[in-house]
Amino acid sequence: MEHRLKTPISGEEVAALRAGDLVWISGTVYTARDRVHALLASGEKLPIDLAGAVIYHCGPLIRDGTVLSAGPTTSGRVGRFTREVVGRGVRLIVGKGGISEEAEALRGRAAYLAYPGGCGALAARQLSVKRLHLPELGMAEGLWELEAEGWGPMIVAIDASGGDLYREARCYRVGASKP
Amino acid sequence: MAALARAETVLPLWVEEAIREAAAKERSAIARSQLSAILENVEIAAAGGVPLCQDTGLPVFRLEIGRNLSIPPFLEKAIAEGVRRATEEVPLRPNAVDPLTRKNSGDNTGPGMPDLIIDLVPGDCLRITAFPKGAGSENGSFLAMLNPADDPLDFVAVEVAKRAGRACAPVFVGVGIGGTFDLAARLAKKALLRMPGTSELDRKLLTEINRIGTGPMGLGGDTTALGVRIETALCHTASLPVAVNLQCWANRSASATVRDDGWNID
Repeated sequence: MEHRLKTPISGEEVAALRAGDLVWISGTVYTARDRVHALLASGEKLPIDLAGAVIYHCGPLIRDGTVLSAGPTTSGRVGRFTREVVGRGVRLIVGKGGISEEAEALRGRAAYLAYPGGCGALAARQLSVKRLHLPELGMAEGLWELEAEGWGPMIVAIDASGGDLYREARCYRVGASKP
Repeated sequence: MAALARAETVLPLWVEEAIREAAAKERSAIARSQLSAILENVEIAAAGGVPLCQDTGLPVFRLEIGRNLSIPPFLEKAIAEGVRRATEEVPLRPNAVDPLTRKNSGDNTGPGMPDLIIDLVPGDCLRITAFPKGAGSENGSFLAMLNPADDPLDFVAVEVAKRAGRACAPVFVGVGIGGTFDLAARLAKKALLRMPGTSELDRKLLTEINRIGTGPMGLGGDTTALGVRIETALCHTASLPVAVNLQCWANRSASATVRDDGWNID
């Protein structure tokens, strides 16, 4: 199934997503990687509203307010903070490589979407800069507020009801039929 | 500077062709979607002269120095200057930080960076290969001091299949077997620089890794690795060092050859 979503994302919209579905996002997207997650986990107040928000595991390459390249970073490094992130109201997490160990923290509340890793030039075409929060963290680690326009497709890799493509891939063996 | 700029924006043709071939054979629809996004990304980056990936990597260079050359004393400084210029002009993301304070040097240079891998070769040319190394695949790399009774290839296949999804699969797998602790790691890095491997053993390990089904980005499929190369050295009779250096699908590199009368990118 295909879903064209606009932020903020509702609980019903998340509940309708199934592992393997395709998603395009329009609206506000916040980048967050190691340093921002450390702040999130410490309970620090952030200068943004995370209710219904989309978090993107990404450290973009930006020059003079233009997004040049902005693919996902490895989600595994920040997966351990999923419970805190979802607890703050985040509904969609976009990244690469998955957060299978933390899939339980998503259940009933949020979904994890996979954007193809390394495709920074491709993603940049649908993302523009709104503002930079926490500039003291630098280009890669700062909290960029981006505007997405029909950004995708990304794949629902872990849904809110326990579906998980990474787990399925680990059980997949040659000869098995795959759609 | 020119070699690094080219490596960041234009994927070597043989790598693009390897991805295209894999996409044609891939049986999983989700895996095919990842591979076609990658091919589209490659086109956009080359056409726009922008970095393929926002992770423009750490600056790693291989220098093949002709034995008949006398090396100018400023060679390392000149390469560092090229990295600073590329960071400003391409531009590249400033990635290099102090490992303890995490303070960013701002221009991708500083203690230990750029990393230069130096080989002496016959002749009177200097060949500089820019090989920017992103963190996703470098983080998935590993080294183990195995027991000589262990099967090193089975160990590599299982570990690579486990890690490839987070290393932006389909990956290239540089394997160093033997030597000492650090020689094994250097062999693995050199194996990546000499990709793709063509020996029977290289192909056997490639088949074994792809059989496990991790697939592009770990989402499942036939295409977990695009190339494997194994480099070996003698090791102690009591040891079996095995190192694996992973490289994501964006196997970026470009070389410049420097002669007395000038230089060119090949």
